[in-house]
Amino acid sequence: MYASIDDIPLTSACHARETLEGRNSLREMGRKGKLNLRGNPGDAAFSAAVQKAFGMELPLRANTYNEFQSRRLFWLGPDEWLLHCDMDDIDALTETLSAELGNVHHAVTDVSDYYTVIRLRGPDAVTLLRKGCPLDLHHTAFPTGNIAQTRLGHASVLLHYHDDGETWDIQVRWSFAEYVWDYLLSGMRAR
Amino acid sequence: MLLIECPWCGQRDQTEFHPHGEAHIARPEDPDALDEAAWGDYVFFRKNPKGLHYERWVHSHGCRRWFNVMRDTVTDHIHASYKPGDPKPELPITADGGDTTGTPKT
Repeated sequence: MYASIDDIPLTSACHARETLEGRNSLREMGRKGKLNLRGNPGDAAFSAAVQKAFGMELPLRANTYNEFQSRRLFWLGPDEWLLHCDMDDIDALTETLSAELGNVHHAVTDVSDYYTVIRLRGPDAVTLLRKGCPLDLHHTAFPTGNIAQTRLGHASVLLHYHDDGETWDIQVRWSFAEYVWDYLLSGMRAR
Repeated sequence: MLLIECPWCGQRDQTEFHPHGEAHIARPEDPDALDEAAWGDYVFFRKNPKGLHYERWVHSHGCRRWFNVMRDTVTDHIHASYKPGDPKPELPITADGGDTTGTPKT
């Protein structure tokens, strides 16, 4: 756990938490609560408990997410999901979920400190991501609202393309955050 | 560069994956009953065919799930990818009616 909201990975690595280069910007988002959830979606008791605790259904299609208020539930695998929620809610949500799930086979892990989210924004965002991402990110192949787990340079990332068409959230393990930041920044400076 | 079909995420670039050798190697039911040669064969010896190969891959930069791939080691053509536990897919049939392991048409 970090001591405060200011004490997050990139800041502690002596980086600005926000930077603007030309038409594009990078920003490390404030801490979000993140819960990793494992379980069998074929088990009706499991799906029902998650729906009750989170207020939304489990996304069952690969590379999709569901939304409820400020919460987002991302598909990570056929038996794995990731919840983003407000940091203040995470303890209550964990407790509610554990109570709802009871003896149903599952695993819940608080990974709030394991990942951080970097927001890349600007008209050149797609071009910058293409530098190190093997996915076809053209808007016809990867429309707004899409998410994907993929690779950016050497880092595993979860990409989320926002509806405005020029904002990308890049979730990365915090030990890779500085690398991804510098990787994108060098591209931004070269433009 | 290969495009590999992850059974869950769909077609992705090879660089998102890692290969882990031959698939469908079952652990012996009763290891104590094996002599050293048989145990050594199970632990160390793997096929290295020129042609069709069943192998394990993991989508390490994606959903991090394991799956099996049927790949031709000569052409690198991937004939099928399927979930662990699924049966081996049928061998693809070549133009002359034989299969791609070189077995002639009967």
